[in-house]
Amino acid sequence: MSSVLVILETRNGELRPACLETVGAARLVADAKGCNVIALATESANIDAAVVGGAGADQLMVTSADSHSADAAAATIARITGETDADVVLLAATVRGRDITPRVAALLDTGFAADCTAVDTSSMVFTRPICGGKAFNNVRVNGPVAVASLRSNFFAPANREHAAEVSEVPSETAKAQVSEIAAQSGGRPDVAEASIVVAGGRGMGSEENWGLLEAVADAIPGSGLGASRAVVDSGWRPHSEQVGQTGKTVSPELYIAAGISGAIQHLAGMRSSKVIVAINKDADAPIFKHATYGIVGDAVEVLPELASELTK
Amino acid sequence: MVARVECRAPINTIHLVMEIFSFVKRVPSTTANVEIKDQQLDTSGCEFEINPYDLFAIEEGLRQKEVAGAGNVTSVSFDDDTSQKELRTALAMGADAALLIKNDAAATADAATTAKVLAGAIGERNFDLLLFGKQAVDRGQHGVGPGVATRLGVPCITEVISLSIADGQVTAQRDVEGATETVTASLPCAITCQKGLNEPRLPTLKGIMAAKKKPLESIDVEMPALALTVESTQPPAARPAGRIVNNAAELVDALRNEAKVL
Repeated sequence: MSSVLVILETRNGELRPACLETVGAARLVADAKGCNVIALATESANIDAAVVGGAGADQLMVTSADSHSADAAAATIARITGETDADVVLLAATVRGRDITPRVAALLDTGFAADCTAVDTSSMVFTRPICGGKAFNNVRVNGPVAVASLRSNFFAPANREHAAEVSEVPSETAKAQVSEIAAQSGGRPDVAEASIVVAGGRGMGSEENWGLLEAVADAIPGSGLGASRAVVDSGWRPHSEQVGQTGKTVSPELYIAAGISGAIQHLAGMRSSKVIVAINKDADAPIFKHATYGIVGDAVEVLPELASELTK
Repeated sequence: MVARVECRAPINTIHLVMEIFSFVKRVPSTTANVEIKDQQLDTSGCEFEINPYDLFAIEEGLRQKEVAGAGNVTSVSFDDDTSQKELRTALAMGADAALLIKNDAAATADAATTAKVLAGAIGERNFDLLLFGKQAVDRGQHGVGPGVATRLGVPCITEVISLSIADGQVTAQRDVEGATETVTASLPCAITCQKGLNEPRLPTLKGIMAAKKKPLESIDVEMPALALTVESTQPPAARPAGRIVNNAAELVDALRNEAKVL
């Protein structure tokens, strides 16, 4: 009997919560096919079988590997795919998931659908953005196994009481070795993972004004900082914060765009956000066409008022 | 290190020549607004350019050749003849040679299929370093670099922002969400390049003139069965119309009580 294999993402021994959404998607696919969901962690980590089971997995396979190597992970996944007779393999479309997904497909000599935002469980047609979100393709994976990575914030973990049945499996050896994983300072979630993003553009006026944006982010727990390409190219903010076609694509619950005009490359990276707030002094700025709420005004003046209102 | 060893007179001078391949794809410009016609992407009105991330791959090849002291940078594209223009640009930037892996239906190939074709063509040659953009900005699959490396059985480090190579050992840094990883591997190795790795140089007039005389090899390849079928293409879902609010107080009220996102 076939199964759906879903890959758990871990780092420094801890589960990355974003991958539980992928477990939830695997549950929907498995229910449509009438088969089991097997969750696999490719490196040693502290994983609660009730959390993974609650998100939708029937079984939890763990390894005792202490390597974070992507090639070893891909080799383990490819072997387990064969051993469990999986015909669907799902990963989270994180930096790590995007790294491993094509390797698994190559090892299995099959295709993959990257960064999917939807899956039709009856036809197994995946929807995925192209040109940074300017259009969407509906695709079918050809080959023995459908491998796919799923974007965060488009799927949800199942909400059930179930402890996944745990077993240990051997891991494969690594070619490239991860020698260090150093946490970046700041303490805010990465812009690609945050459920609320506060982003700034040229209209912020200067690098020094970023304190105004940070004050708003401080007033909203769990928010991350984003930036337009112009701001990153000017050296005001690091590239890791860039949102857009040559940066990160985000789809948070709330995206606050301060002093961002809405160039097409930027819109491509954030237009699937649930709620978009635009603050811009130019009433004709393209960002307003996509905004849920807009304030026509200088971001430098509006942001302190916003920070103050948020803390009321 | 699988480097070609050239023996020159005097015989005791052994020279390590680093063989570098930088892969480029021609893509619609990021400033272009794409059209959809009959549920298919229509790029006939688009300007095209070298995939921005591939410029980092070309630049890194030139830099690593300089560091190694001797080497060849070959710029490679899988496309029809149209991409000769982009390959000439890579040559003008400083690449030594160009290789067009040619099939008239190349544009239909997904990343897994492209990786299969490229691995087949490159696997027959000597190589030390394969450099790719971390993704193409058109189909955005992040898949060709790791796919080629996996098929060739060599290590691959993706989304690299810092790269140093010494004595056949590769040390790279990459940003993951909220952390920076340091990854090590041995040559031969594949790298996918992220913004921040370098500042790509612009072709000089001298470079453009020199490029005209550099070799551009073209080989015809068969197209394997596609690993991904695109059934249809659609525009992004339309967003409901928004509204202008007067001030921060009204905005916070709307976010809390209407949209309920705070």
